[in-house]
Amino acid sequence: MKKLACYFVMLTLFVLIIATPPTDAQEKLTVAWAQWDPANYLTELSKDFTAETGIDVDVVQISWSHFQDQVFTAFVGKSDRYDIVIGDSQWLGRNSVGGHYIELTDWIKENIDVDSIYATAMEAFAEYPKGSGKYWALPAEVDANGFLYRTDLFEAAGEKEAFKEKYGYELAPPETYRELRDIAEFFTRPPDLYGVAPWYSKEYDGITMGFQQVMWSFGGSYGDAETYKVNGYINSEDVVKALEYYKSLKAFAPPDAPNYYWAETLDAYKAGKVAMAMDYFAFFPGAVNPDQNPNYYDKTGFFISPKGPKGHAISIGGQGMSISAYSKNQETAKRYMKWFMQKPVQEKWAQLGGFTPHKEVLQSEVFLTATPFNRAFAASFPYLRDFWAVPEYAELLEACQTGWNQVVIGSKSAKEALDGIARKHEAIFEDAGYYD
Amino acid sequence: MRSARFSRGLSDYQIKMTFIMPTMILLILMNIFPLLWSLYLSFHRYKASMPNRPARFIGVQNYARLLTDPEIWGYFQTTAYFVVLAVITQFIIGFGLALLLNREFRYKGFVTTLILLPMMLSPVVVGLFWRFIFASDTSGLVNYFLSPLLGQPIGWTTDPKVAMLAIVIVDTWMWSPFMMLIALAGLSAVPKYLYEAADVDRASRWFKFRWITLPLVSPLLLIALLFRTMDAFKMFDIVYVLTREGGPGTATETVSMNLYKLAFRNYNTGKACAMAYLLLIIIVALSNIYVKYLNKVRGEA
Repeated sequence: MKKLACYFVMLTLFVLIIATPPTDAQEKLTVAWAQWDPANYLTELSKDFTAETGIDVDVVQISWSHFQDQVFTAFVGKSDRYDIVIGDSQWLGRNSVGGHYIELTDWIKENIDVDSIYATAMEAFAEYPKGSGKYWALPAEVDANGFLYRTDLFEAAGEKEAFKEKYGYELAPPETYRELRDIAEFFTRPPDLYGVAPWYSKEYDGITMGFQQVMWSFGGSYGDAETYKVNGYINSEDVVKALEYYKSLKAFAPPDAPNYYWAETLDAYKAGKVAMAMDYFAFFPGAVNPDQNPNYYDKTGFFISPKGPKGHAISIGGQGMSISAYSKNQETAKRYMKWFMQKPVQEKWAQLGGFTPHKEVLQSEVFLTATPFNRAFAASFPYLRDFWAVPEYAELLEACQTGWNQVVIGSKSAKEALDGIARKHEAIFEDAGYYD
Repeated sequence: MRSARFSRGLSDYQIKMTFIMPTMILLILMNIFPLLWSLYLSFHRYKASMPNRPARFIGVQNYARLLTDPEIWGYFQTTAYFVVLAVITQFIIGFGLALLLNREFRYKGFVTTLILLPMMLSPVVVGLFWRFIFASDTSGLVNYFLSPLLGQPIGWTTDPKVAMLAIVIVDTWMWSPFMMLIALAGLSAVPKYLYEAADVDRASRWFKFRWITLPLVSPLLLIALLFRTMDAFKMFDIVYVLTREGGPGTATETVSMNLYKLAFRNYNTGKACAMAYLLLIIIVALSNIYVKYLNKVRGEA
């Protein structure tokens, strides 16, 4: 019996030891973000916050392919694992309506100089519903869809002459989609060189982010943001033309282009396969880094996404900083966000490579000359637009991704696919009660 | 008094219960409860991403909408096409390999281990490296060798007519060894004296295969077929990685891939539960057909 009691005491002690969490006197904030360079910049920047306050900041980097799944799974499980989430603009609707983000409207009014931030960034990354004045985030990394191009090809005398002879105008970074197509056609010399690498991938929001800016610039739209009516908008004649145009670029892209998203277009560019490549500005540091792009790092130029026949719009990238409703450190998180939005911190953020939403910092000569692509990024700002940010965005996105990809691979005609997307979008809105 | 009784030990019933209870509790918590809870949710409009909106009972609406959606039927057709193509190919190759290996030769163990290697890899890793092998331009290993012969590279993961073939090839590469392993176990259990008796009767090779080997091995082959069919019906990993979420278009979008999107992208939890139940019913029905046939074969044997 004594022996049994002894075992029992030992077992209890063992359970107590392993069940007791280690005491950590140091206060700590956990920030969830995707695995990319800006997250490294934030880790570096946050050291200043730790030095000032003594609060540790752990920027958890989640691979892009699992970023959304991992964050949403944590939210569904009401986990307090993350204090701050730096999430996509499309997530705003779902996470605000779903109660996963805390509302920051009053706190922002009292603590943040909203006028110092670009209104486009506040609307895209912080406000839901759009135009309501309700804020759930602060813009952290504002990004845009842009292009890189090979300066050695564009500036070669022989190429310039041949181009002018064929198309009747000077070879230069394209300003319109018609010019982009001409240049792409001109440089298509398979199997070694192709004209352009656009985003066609069915993964996550790949083809949508690539095509939507063409759609808007051709005069199309997703629908009426007031009534949520879609039929007649997304399947209008303008969008059909835009989609046919976007598909036509496939003839000047490498054979594996239907799988291209940001990583693949950058890889194709670095491998010397293409003369021009579409990508987010936040990935451009990889193109000018001699270690990552040894062949073309000094032969790379940048231009903003071109304008179309009926306007100029560019897909917004980047993320906003929100506080998890399940965090136990919400006040500390607010303190961190307030610190992050200060002008000197934004200046350092920009110096490290972050894309600031701060008006003055963004237009300062220091920012514009910090990298070879910052000027093109700043020029993109007035044209930034976003996908639906409603709670049902994932279903809407899924319909677009599949439909547009089917057009690119030739499974459906543009009209057929767009009519299908319009039907699905209206069914999703109807189901969610937007027409009641 | 109590301690004396305790020290005397537990009754047989108590010991039985002590051993069974942990398993029972785990089973109830991890299997039975989720099964019943998902059945309950399949009759509700519910999104796990909206915990502040309670589940609303909608009867069989989720099932009705799924069964009348032509796209869902399309995913079922894609899955069935994959299952038939992949399982038959794996069966033929696996059984063929087993017949070849069912004899004594030098390095037999080493060769068998080499053939079994693909089966031991993670499907995601397999999908990733086949993504490089199947790259649609000449940087892919397969196209590097084939494009000079065909004049142009094959769009293994970009051409909707070819993408399913790519998935079948990868799944076959990975799972034929499983078929081989089970068949080999069956073949090595066939008594030698039956062949010796047949040799005495001067039976042909085909006769021995048809009337000795096949009847004795078929119960095990059916079990292998059953496992592979059930597993192939749930195909997700390779499709997710190799053809990027069931692309190009919907050419390789299996039911499981669509179910994942419904459940974890769209968080349409009620509808996803209904779809999971439809999938379960189909797998149970298919398994029953196999099991009935298996019993018949056993009876005959």
